[in-house]
Amino acid sequence: MLRFIIRRVVIIIPMLFIIVSLTWALIRLAPGNFYTAEKKLTPAVEQNLREKYGLNQPWYVQYRRVLWNIARFDFGNSLKYEGQSVNQILWRALPVSAVLGLTAYLMALLIGITTGTLAALRQNSWIDYASMTLAMLGISIPNFVLGPLLILIFGLTLFWLPPALWQGFPSKSLVLPAVTLSAIYIAYIARLTRSGMLEVMRSDYIRTARAKGLSERAVVVRHALRGGLLPVVSFSGPALAFLITGTVVVERVFSLPGLGNYFINACFNRDEPLIIGIVAFIAIAVLVFNLLVDISYGFIDPRIRY
Amino acid sequence: MDDERNQQDQNADDEGELSSSPPGALADPPVIQLGPEFAVAEDVHAVVTGELVAGTSLWRDAWRRLLRNKIAVFGMIVVIAISLASLIGPSAIKYATGNTYDLIPRDSSLNKSFPPFRGPDGKFAWTHPMGTDIAGRDVLARVLSGGQISLMVALIATLVSLVIGVSYGATAGYLGGRIDDLMMRIVDVLYSLPYVIIVIVLLALLPAKTPTGQLTQLFFALGAVSWLTMARIVRGQVLSLKNQEFVLAARATGVSTPKIIFRHLVPNALGPVIVYATLTIPTVMLSEAFLSFLGLGVRPPRVSWGSLAAEGATTLAIYPWQLIFPGLTMALMLFSLNFLGDGLRDALDPQMRKE
Repeated sequence: MLRFIIRRVVIIIPMLFIIVSLTWALIRLAPGNFYTAEKKLTPAVEQNLREKYGLNQPWYVQYRRVLWNIARFDFGNSLKYEGQSVNQILWRALPVSAVLGLTAYLMALLIGITTGTLAALRQNSWIDYASMTLAMLGISIPNFVLGPLLILIFGLTLFWLPPALWQGFPSKSLVLPAVTLSAIYIAYIARLTRSGMLEVMRSDYIRTARAKGLSERAVVVRHALRGGLLPVVSFSGPALAFLITGTVVVERVFSLPGLGNYFINACFNRDEPLIIGIVAFIAIAVLVFNLLVDISYGFIDPRIRY
Repeated sequence: MDDERNQQDQNADDEGELSSSPPGALADPPVIQLGPEFAVAEDVHAVVTGELVAGTSLWRDAWRRLLRNKIAVFGMIVVIAISLASLIGPSAIKYATGNTYDLIPRDSSLNKSFPPFRGPDGKFAWTHPMGTDIAGRDVLARVLSGGQISLMVALIATLVSLVIGVSYGATAGYLGGRIDDLMMRIVDVLYSLPYVIIVIVLLALLPAKTPTGQLTQLFFALGAVSWLTMARIVRGQVLSLKNQEFVLAARATGVSTPKIIFRHLVPNALGPVIVYATLTIPTVMLSEAFLSFLGLGVRPPRVSWGSLAAEGATTLAIYPWQLIFPGLTMALMLFSLNFLGDGLRDALDPQMRKE
């Protein structure tokens, strides 16, 4: 177990290195740069700015600086947002994305597992068919269509909820973005739970549990759910990567000041330090999270040995 | 009978997570979900030997099973209908009304957004069944032309992922040993990369010079990131096939390794490959729309469902039909593709044929 963890931790470093180098190379090899995107600066001003940000040094010096920055988790100053460091921007934008993503994922777990379990316990009933058709709908409606539609209905027609506003965690402004983001995860988790539960309910240890006279409730809650939810656990690894993709869209649709929105803007502005900073940050988050999910299997499923 | 149906449902559900995954969905190694390997092997063996006698019975069988699945048939009809409409619709509309996706009326009083079925005088008119956009272009023509591009990107990118995934997976599975370990290790590593982020960087920083170049870039960018699961599936299939007599026979008669892989092994692994390719199409379509929505995919004057939805979202409050029509068309298409894919999987699932 320990060896497995160490091996997985060690491999994170070269992977991070590859991701960052790839991004950096792309930024460098692409024609143009931050200053060509802006309105023309006088050569002297551009020269001074380049000197200030160290963009006039040879490429290997700059590359070394990028790597060194990541090693000590300090990504330098943003080119676009003058006077702000990338770290400041990261720590300002992260809570928005994190609150949004976490709320959506918890909602998805709650609703998805309940629906999926119900559907599995009443297989081939109308509950089953209705929830699975709804789940397929949830998977098929892209979030960038669902979001604007919800805005149209609840924000601009009924005036129940604000169409684009951010007031932090417990607020009305969170409802629409969280619902938009969670729709597809509710659908996935419901489907995963249903198939997991169907399989488990048929297994021998459930028959044993029933045979020893446990109530149906105890059988489902104490015994079946633990095995039936394994697919949901393994989905939570990739789910983070999807959530990041999802928040990019949702933040765009609802104009929220989160990481995704900053990231897209940074790409369009060619704000090199900010792009690298966000890419490195996301990469670290995804890699570490995947590691945690892999480790958690060992605790949840006693059949897995490393 | 009832039992049998339950069993079928069970089979359908076992692979529930395989279907319609979003970009880069990392369902667990789906190879395992396609049935225990020995079952696959047995089955393929039966097919291989059966083929000498009964010709294409496998495919006819699967087809019959597919037709029995009502919702899959519904999906198939909708998919065919939307594809045909996208294919011939734009020319038909041009012939009937003169509208095209990029035709901006010269009369400047027409350069605004009219609701569906309304003429410039505000009365009922047939000319624009889905209304017009802010420049006065026909939304129906734009939705259908967008469908052309969306379908094309989805099909070609899936093909790219198919070629990479099948060759990679089959090679790894057949060669086995240390090469297999290394190749699959690379796949594992790539799996955990947040590559959507890298694709965004790529497309934002290296915009192609021409719209066609942009499309080519999309094909390869999307294809290059969606082959991983395919590689795993094919590898699993090849692993279970490669020790069978027909491979041994081929090797004994001196057939070269590439030929064994592509002429003997790959055709026998075709069922799961087709199923997974069908399920990749909606995923890729969604990714394309996602990128186009962010302004990174299809560029004007070309349109796709994603870029139309992006346009519609900006004028949502005043001209909702600009979002609703492309958005719902796309959702309907994805919905049907997913059901068709699920149905195909049930029809081609080797485990079910044992009943």
